[in-house]
Amino acid sequence: MVTKDVITQDEGRVQATWEGDVSQLRGLVSDRAMTGETMLLNMGPHHPSTHGVLRLLLELDGEELITVLPDIGFLHTGIEKSIEDKTYEKGVPLTDRMDYLAPLSNNMVFCMAIEKLVDLDVPERAQIMRVIALEFQRIASHLVWLGTQALDMGAMSVFLYAFREREKILTLFEMLSGQRMMGSYMRPGGVWRDFPEEFYTAAQAFMDDFPRRIEDYELLLKNNPIWIDRTHGIGVLEPDVGLALGVSGPALRASGVNWDIRKAEPYSGYETYDFDVPLGDHGDVYDRYRVRIAELWQSLRILQQAFERLPKEGLFRSENRKFVPPPRSELGGSMEAVIHHFKLWTEGFDAPDDEVYVSIESPRGEIGCYIHGTGGAKPRRVRFKTPSFMHIAAMPAVCGGHMIADLIGIIGSFDFTLGDADR
Amino acid sequence: MTLEQFAPTGVLVIIAVILAFIILMISRVFGPHKPSFRKNAPYESGMKPIGPANRRLPIKFYLVAVLFIIFDVEVIFFLPWAVSMNGMGWYGLVVMGFFTLILIVGFIYEWKKGALEWE
Amino acid sequence: MECVGLCDVVLNLGVRNQELARFLASLIGVLLVSGVPLLTVIILILAERKIAARIQDRIGPNRVGPYGLLQTVADLLKLLGKEDITPTAADRILYNAAPIISFGSVVLLWAVIPFMYWNTPEGAANAVVGVNLEIGALFFVAIASLGTLAIMTAGWASNNKYALLGAFRVVALLVSYEIPLVFALVVPVMFAGSMSLVDIVEAQSHMWFVFMAPLAAILFFISSQAETGRAPFDLIEAESELIAGFNIEYSGMKFGMFFAAEFLHVFTNGILMAVLFFGGYLGFFYKAIPPLGFLWLGLKGSLIYFVFLWLRNTVPRLRIDQVMNFNWFFLVPVSIINIMVTSLILKVMQEMGYAPTVFAESSLIGILPLTIVMLLKDAIIIGFILGRLGQEGRKARIEATHAEESLAAAAAGD
Repeated sequence: MVTKDVITQDEGRVQATWEGDVSQLRGLVSDRAMTGETMLLNMGPHHPSTHGVLRLLLELDGEELITVLPDIGFLHTGIEKSIEDKTYEKGVPLTDRMDYLAPLSNNMVFCMAIEKLVDLDVPERAQIMRVIALEFQRIASHLVWLGTQALDMGAMSVFLYAFREREKILTLFEMLSGQRMMGSYMRPGGVWRDFPEEFYTAAQAFMDDFPRRIEDYELLLKNNPIWIDRTHGIGVLEPDVGLALGVSGPALRASGVNWDIRKAEPYSGYETYDFDVPLGDHGDVYDRYRVRIAELWQSLRILQQAFERLPKEGLFRSENRKFVPPPRSELGGSMEAVIHHFKLWTEGFDAPDDEVYVSIESPRGEIGCYIHGTGGAKPRRVRFKTPSFMHIAAMPAVCGGHMIADLIGIIGSFDFTLGDADR
Repeated sequence: MTLEQFAPTGVLVIIAVILAFIILMISRVFGPHKPSFRKNAPYESGMKPIGPANRRLPIKFYLVAVLFIIFDVEVIFFLPWAVSMNGMGWYGLVVMGFFTLILIVGFIYEWKKGALEWE
Repeated sequence: MECVGLCDVVLNLGVRNQELARFLASLIGVLLVSGVPLLTVIILILAERKIAARIQDRIGPNRVGPYGLLQTVADLLKLLGKEDITPTAADRILYNAAPIISFGSVVLLWAVIPFMYWNTPEGAANAVVGVNLEIGALFFVAIASLGTLAIMTAGWASNNKYALLGAFRVVALLVSYEIPLVFALVVPVMFAGSMSLVDIVEAQSHMWFVFMAPLAAILFFISSQAETGRAPFDLIEAESELIAGFNIEYSGMKFGMFFAAEFLHVFTNGILMAVLFFGGYLGFFYKAIPPLGFLWLGLKGSLIYFVFLWLRNTVPRLRIDQVMNFNWFFLVPVSIINIMVTSLILKVMQEMGYAPTVFAESSLIGILPLTIVMLLKDAIIIGFILGRLGQEGRKARIEATHAEESLAAAAAGD
């Protein structure tokens, strides 16, 4: 049914069917696809389980996968470029929008890069506060992963259970920054403000309740024969392949590679906490599931230690007025504070013409930030090395010989967000 | 007797179809009707489909269909037998035993040949 | 042919002609029968959503009407107001016929379900039933495959690759699971000595068949869960894989028909299971107050339906090869063995005089020996299977959770 106005929309071409061109894909898919023997199927961008707007071009023989071609860029927002036009502190809210499931990790790596660039110290109390926020963020992100992975596999209830707990963490974040998701809580030199009084009790209540919840999820999945059948031996990532393709985080640790930046290159005082790095040994979807669940327990351990050592009073942000704005109470009484405040919020602080690279362990893996300063208040170049991008690149390597249903599980187990990959 | 039984069934068939048809017609009347080229194109996650969708099915599915026909026809034989089992006595049991034996031999053959495997 | 049941009522209302009365009676009967599922589906959709919500720790629909009771009505009105799209590439006739066949087939299933006890003269059906077909069980099998056909047609006619993949899976899944379904169905038929569902219910008046054939009941339960395409067998419309599967191109009321047909099919299977294995309308005072029988049937059917839902909301989805292997290497052999052993024991006990030939005319004492033997037999088979499954399951679990130990080891060595 080709109506006239639509023909004009379609640049005057009259088409009975709306069809893409196979010949463009020559070399990317097998020759059997050219003759129509195998089926080329677009999975995504508009698909419920590609975790965002990832497009996968699948070559299928019946249900079996022959080729998987990821196609990204549907969520490209130009965040790196936009930061080049902002002062350093104003770049922080933009980083929230990259990996929207772990915004605090993005904040953290960006702030740490700035701190390294301008050589700014972070008070010890602020470091502990950052660890607390980061570990809550890790739990929240892993809960989203758990829910969506289970949902992809058809276990809908787990999804809602996991999101129920995540909501509680988001409420905690709302107490911290006034925002549930895009809080921009981390700032160069520390965090935005002190923990409010109600945060301590709410966080403690969550930590007391959470072990029981993890056991609930485990009860539904860990020994479930269907879950084991669907995940065990699926999407096996060999350690050397994983390393070669730049996979990091839980996905790499499930293959047995002991690589956790919190241990390997500790930051923010992680070396002083007592926690383990869970490792898998098959590298399949089931192991990735086990490792992430174990990380939930480890995060709880870190949180408990952090709360124990957190002093009630103290600095939550550096006192260095060249980089950190003075608190509002000082503005009424000190001329100098007003000047600092005015300078920081109008032109920002200057950073040297130098380059730095900092990486931390985000819930998804190694997230790195490269900043090249200009000597002025704005960076010349900002670049993020994000785990999602690597994971999308690595995913086709483990899909060989599996079926569509397995692909869904593999996508879920690599736990990427497209905002993180496209930026 | 048979016609007596099936006449209402026939009426029910007609009523069921008419009912479904009426519901569809109601939605035709109430719903908007503005077709456009893109709206009527096949949905494939928002991208242009590559290649036709009406294509050959993999042979596996035909195999299942053939297996089904063999089995289902045989299974249907069980129903009248089950009804008249009382009247047939031992004879019925022995005869059906042979029938089941043939069925099982066929089943084992298919099993060993790998026709039942889904690879 | 005497005029009984509804026909009698019609005669009393003043219709003189017997033939006319009979025709009118059957017409009213089928209208009532097709009315029941239509009303049921409105309640069912709400009930399912509410129960699923409770299982998932949510509240569920609660905005439209008191306690959200009018939610389905609102949904229905919305669907009626949606645009009715037929894709350009689709096969118009098949595409539009599929939802009608799908919905019609489920409504048809209700024709043979006996709703309640009705005392009538000798020779007639002594139950309220749309049509007391002598081949009721066969009718059920035939009509159930019609629904499969509708889904297959929908998948093929949509001319969409996702729908086509859904259709592939329908061919494989629904068609295969019909075999254990029919095999399980043979057992009650064998006990009752009749394919009429009324006779099957009557034959259970002393002992429900679920006690005599629990294995057949379990087989029937599993395969009807697969026949309706519910989790863990919901791969024909697996939303995370095929978006919506076979009904991806359907919009508005055409989608609504598939939706209603699916929900209704699940409940119908619950009701059928109640009829075949749980004594249908039998219950306390079902003879004295016939409407109570209707209540019993509804109650039993709803309980089974609830178990269907419970299962659906608990387990993950299986993959196509696992589903097929489960059917061909497990369900089919077990059901064949079950049929053979059951018929052998039944025949031997009947010939030796330990079991009645007509169950309905026997008594609880007369039927007890057979029940005990059958129960023992099923217990042995089920025990054997569970033992094997437990072993294999443990092996798989140990292999899969092997990571656990190395995880602990790595933690210790770190």
